Amino acid sequence: MLSDNQRVVITGVGLVSPNASHLSEYREKLLRGQSEIQRIDLRYFGSAPAGICTFEETRYRKKKENKKGTRAGCIGVYCAHEALKDAGLADDFYRKDRTGVYIGLTEHGTVETENEIYNIKGYDYDVSYWTHHHNPRTVLNNPAGEITMSLGITGPHYSIGAACAAGNASLIQGLQMLRLGDVDMAIAGGISESTGSFGIFASFKAQGALGEADDPTKACRPFDINRNGIVVSEGGCLYILETLDKALARGATIQGEIVGYGMNSDAKDLVLPFGERQAECMQLALDRAGLEPDDVDIISTHATGTKQGDIEECKAIRSLFATSSNTYINNTKSIIGHAMGAAGVLELAGNLGSFRDGLIHPTINVDELDPSCHLDNLVLDKAVKRENITTILNNSFGMVGINSTIIVHKYSG
Amino acid sequence: MTRNDIKDLILEIIEDIDDEADFDSLDPDQPLRDQLDLDSMDFLDIVMELRKRHKLQIPEEDYPQLATLTSCTNYLEPLLKEA
Repeated sequence: MLSDNQRVVITGVGLVSPNASHLSEYREKLLRGQSEIQRIDLRYFGSAPAGICTFEETRYRKKKENKKGTRAGCIGVYCAHEALKDAGLADDFYRKDRTGVYIGLTEHGTVETENEIYNIKGYDYDVSYWTHHHNPRTVLNNPAGEITMSLGITGPHYSIGAACAAGNASLIQGLQMLRLGDVDMAIAGGISESTGSFGIFASFKAQGALGEADDPTKACRPFDINRNGIVVSEGGCLYILETLDKALARGATIQGEIVGYGMNSDAKDLVLPFGERQAECMQLALDRAGLEPDDVDIISTHATGTKQGDIEECKAIRSLFATSSNTYINNTKSIIGHAMGAAGVLELAGNLGSFRDGLIHPTINVDELDPSCHLDNLVLDKAVKRENITTILNNSFGMVGINSTIIVHKYSG
Repeated sequence: MTRNDIKDLILEIIEDIDDEADFDSLDPDQPLRDQLDLDSMDFLDIVMELRKRHKLQIPEEDYPQLATLTSCTNYLEPLLKEA
């Protein structure tokens, strides 16, 4: 049993998703299965379904700073302030030099680079028109650094690059830094601004992995037999992580305890996922948590709506949870699309409410289940009520063969 | 461009950078950066905008001459005479 100064708890969440700018609004819409995926027009590429976030961008930072910084920075600053507010923390409660900011990113700098090349195209590619903002906008620590500037945090800040496993990876980083005693509080999570890049859409399309549908809210349909790919979304979700002793001492509301985690690599293929390694990753997290598969109430799947990706994850889940009759399974991307570096943390945040309301939000857009994706207790269309939900397992996998699993347990003293 | 046009141009560029910039009490003979919420990156935005709008390539050694609204105007007046 870990001592309280080694147990890490979630005490605040700040987020923007394509259907919400606050945790409670987000939870309500997930329970209703309300997607707000829309069509956007991208330079060169044309029209595509995408998840765009609407929030009060100048609530915590001047318009001038938003123009100077990046979209990821803008999202990050909003989420960080909202997370502190949700945690009931004044921004000077913890020492600024003992606070760490760990931000998971799938990619960063793509949007800014594309924009700048487009800009100098208007000047016949004369690079003297290339902006001096390019480097500070594209350094990989940019979103995390913009957060520290907004909050005056002088502890460590950096990004965790882990493809679409990055959100989970940043939570693991925050947890480890707290356990090492390097920081007293961690702001950890993930951010994505990928909807600003035509290249990301074009690359998924070239790969045959970009989701499409006449109705954009039906474009992302994991587990459906007719699924045709990923819906790219922007978004952000940051958590306040504290050790249990400090959280209890200040009377914080504890939204969950991170009791297990696992990360591993496929070492196999640049883009194709590999269920066997995903199963090992989930097992690693279960082992760290000291739990059996049947102890898990909810599996928040990574499934993105690609042919093989969904099948591999379902195989992995079946291999571990075939006899776990109490384990229910859902998918948040069907509602909000794939928020890349923010995906894992947004999906976990969308399920945390289950500890309080006893509901498991549905997966939408499964008109005809792919038999290869059959899972007992897959929650479809309507939220399911369950007694005493205590354990959520959250999967996030990414390109170049990176897998991550986080297990969060309800805190009950 | 007249001197007044040039002043307006500079203020317009600054307003594009910061639409909350307050010009009411701006002293034209005091450094712009001391009076407005401008940092070195914002200052380079002014240089870039002059390049984009009027193809002016201002050498770095001349940057100090852009410090105040009056010195900006003095420096730019001959360069923008035909603009």
